[in-house]
Amino acid sequence: MNTTRLRHGPPLDFKGGCVDLSHGGGGRAMAQLIDELFVHAFDNEWLRQMNDQACFAVPVGRMVMATDSHVVSPLFFPGGDIGSLSVHGTINDVAMAGARPLYLAAGFILEEGFPLAQLERIVESMAAAAQEAGVAVVTGDTKVVERGKGDGVFITTTGVGVVPPGVEISGDRARPGDRVLVSGTMGDHGVAIMSFRENLSFGTTIRSDTAALHGLVAAMLQAAPGIRCLRDPTRGGLATTLNEFARQSGVGFFLMESAIPVRPQVSAACELLGLDPLYVANEGKLVAVCAPQDAERLLAAMRAHPLGRDAADIGEVTADARQFVQMQTAFGGTRMVDWLSGEQLPRIC
Amino acid sequence: MGGGLSMCLAIPALVVRRIEAEEALIDAGGIEKRVSLVLVPEAAAGDYVVVHAGYAISRLDPDEALRTLALFAEMQRDTPEAEAAA
Amino acid sequence: MRHLDEYRDGALARVLAHKIAGAAQARPQYRLMEFCGGHTHAISRYGIVDLLPANVNMIHGPGCPVCVLPTGRIDNAIELAAQQPLTLCTYADTLRVPASGRSSLMQAKARGADIRMVYSVADALRLAQEHPARETVFFAIGFETTAPSTAQAIRAAERLQLKNFSVFCNHVLTPPAMAEILGAPRAPGAGAAGIDGVVGPGHVSCIIGSRPYEPVAEQYRRPVVIAGFEPLDLMQTVLMLLRQINQNRYQVENEYTRAVTHAGNVRAQELMAQVFELRDSFEWRGLGEIAHSAYRLRPGYGRFDAERRYGIAYRRAAENKACECGAILRGSKQPGDCRVFGTGCTPEHPLGACMVSSEGACAAHYSYGRFRETATAAAAA
Repeated sequence: MNTTRLRHGPPLDFKGGCVDLSHGGGGRAMAQLIDELFVHAFDNEWLRQMNDQACFAVPVGRMVMATDSHVVSPLFFPGGDIGSLSVHGTINDVAMAGARPLYLAAGFILEEGFPLAQLERIVESMAAAAQEAGVAVVTGDTKVVERGKGDGVFITTTGVGVVPPGVEISGDRARPGDRVLVSGTMGDHGVAIMSFRENLSFGTTIRSDTAALHGLVAAMLQAAPGIRCLRDPTRGGLATTLNEFARQSGVGFFLMESAIPVRPQVSAACELLGLDPLYVANEGKLVAVCAPQDAERLLAAMRAHPLGRDAADIGEVTADARQFVQMQTAFGGTRMVDWLSGEQLPRIC
Repeated sequence: MGGGLSMCLAIPALVVRRIEAEEALIDAGGIEKRVSLVLVPEAAAGDYVVVHAGYAISRLDPDEALRTLALFAEMQRDTPEAEAAA
Repeated sequence: MRHLDEYRDGALARVLAHKIAGAAQARPQYRLMEFCGGHTHAISRYGIVDLLPANVNMIHGPGCPVCVLPTGRIDNAIELAAQQPLTLCTYADTLRVPASGRSSLMQAKARGADIRMVYSVADALRLAQEHPARETVFFAIGFETTAPSTAQAIRAAERLQLKNFSVFCNHVLTPPAMAEILGAPRAPGAGAAGIDGVVGPGHVSCIIGSRPYEPVAEQYRRPVVIAGFEPLDLMQTVLMLLRQINQNRYQVENEYTRAVTHAGNVRAQELMAQVFELRDSFEWRGLGEIAHSAYRLRPGYGRFDAERRYGIAYRRAAENKACECGAILRGSKQPGDCRVFGTGCTPEHPLGACMVSSEGACAAHYSYGRFRETATAAAAA
């Protein structure tokens, strides 16, 4: 394998330089960007080979593949950025099948004029996230579009992993009587993002919860290999995930509002904005459905893990042909937790 | 729908400090926000106000609040369970 | 949160439920109407109906400003944005209200009209300041809670000598609507019984005080109790109403004393009086024309009045034939009584305004309460 580094002439100006159309052109400028930024940051044997693809062996078992595109705005927010989000998000999708994530691919669509300093920060964040998760970014692609035709940077990540034998996790496996567990507080990511958006400026110390959950999932499978369903409640929040399970499994849910963990500040921000934390995105949490006899053991295993300290049992699966998700409010009455309609838009009185 | 929660978006907030002529920084459960005090110009730091769509619309009277809560507490004492326990 | 969580105590809720059950035994039925979209939403969201006896009926009234705006006014706004080189600023909910010809502000926006969502009138004013060459119009809707801030924005525009800012004013008043409903002759048919008591709006009352309801309570001999928004506030209000009804009293009482006074917010009232005058008449969806029930800008502020500036002429528009929003807003029908509720009309594809805004009776019932409907139907089957 040839490991000689290319010579590119003057190095890229990561302090003051910008992306220009030549960086997506396939020529020397692009080669330099790939080499000095991506290969340098991700630094692994596959990227050093400089092929257009990566070749690797996989352990025996069923493969899992997942992909996610990331268009988050703003690019940088308390607790993370589009880079760490794109790595965690795809790792999590793979992990929700009970699989161990192995490799990632990353595609970038860059807007002409995007500052290299920001791009470097994003790529370094991805590299750190990938390394911490023990997953390599082994191949990728870069395109550049004219100014005004993009929004800074869009990132698409694809991940592969392998599911050990005997693990069967799917949204259609929930049965009446099963318990519903969440790994921690709901709504942190969405509120952290909202705090930075135009028109909604307010000071808050809420950070995005973006995190790679495969370690937590592995610990959970050790405690309860028969977990029925797993999903990370991203866009649309917990409510959407449970409605999806209800539809896939043909069941209903009954939750206890007082059992659902929400940080007081997230709760306050939601009051201010007219949002329901049950519908706000999370990027470092999961929802699990398990057999009732497994619930206690599973909850203990989650709480023993750093990413599951605030895990809670929030309710049960019911027999309901209408596939309604219902909830007893902390106040004592009952309400539905319906599918989200449109986007969450704050209203007036 | 399904995503919306509070209606009038009016919530009780603590005035942290006044800013410029007619604005204030308020704190609602740890969230800080700038709102207009043009409708409640007499509000001072330490007061609670009801905030709606970026404007404080009235001051919250802490004595009345206490009185309302005391009324609820009294009711709890009047229940048959409480009477039986007494 | 301080001044919030204390009013959500589940244990206290059960105590109040017990007292309400006791008070509700004097009559076969009690029909209580609320006039605030916020109350509509809170009742559904907390499942308060579960804590009330079956003979206490909470009827949703015309408390949602998006819901009571007639289709013709939305049509006016769409025409304005589509035909004039201007930026129309509007609240989020208004974007999705179905207008004539299957249109909506959201669709007009998708087709290229410059329509922007704002959270308050201050955002629209700021936009006008930042783009002096571009005409900016604020689509002002709302009851007396938001009218003062619109008035203040107009005065600020005057002070700043802005040449490019105007308001399409659709502010409406609560006491006339209350009088209209309480005074309506009883229609034969479904839901024919009248209203026994009124849950008075909370934040409107912060502005106007409890005083304006006194003539209404007196003339129509119905009790009005002004309520806060937390579930305990609402239950306490129900109890206060039941007691008055049982004692044949019809006074204005205030449960929300921590935020509402008899005189209200005098400063806000002054601002409104300076900028606005009463229209002779205004059409309300579901209630028809009501005299002296809405504001327009005074002639002195004519240059900030979008209706004058752009020659907007109101044309009554036909509502969707299957839509029962009118009857629902009057309280003579419930969302479940509407033929198309949950089938042809859902939050995703609303046929009428009551399904658009989360404060609308239909939307609130659909999102939070429709499980009761099908459970009853299933039990009956």
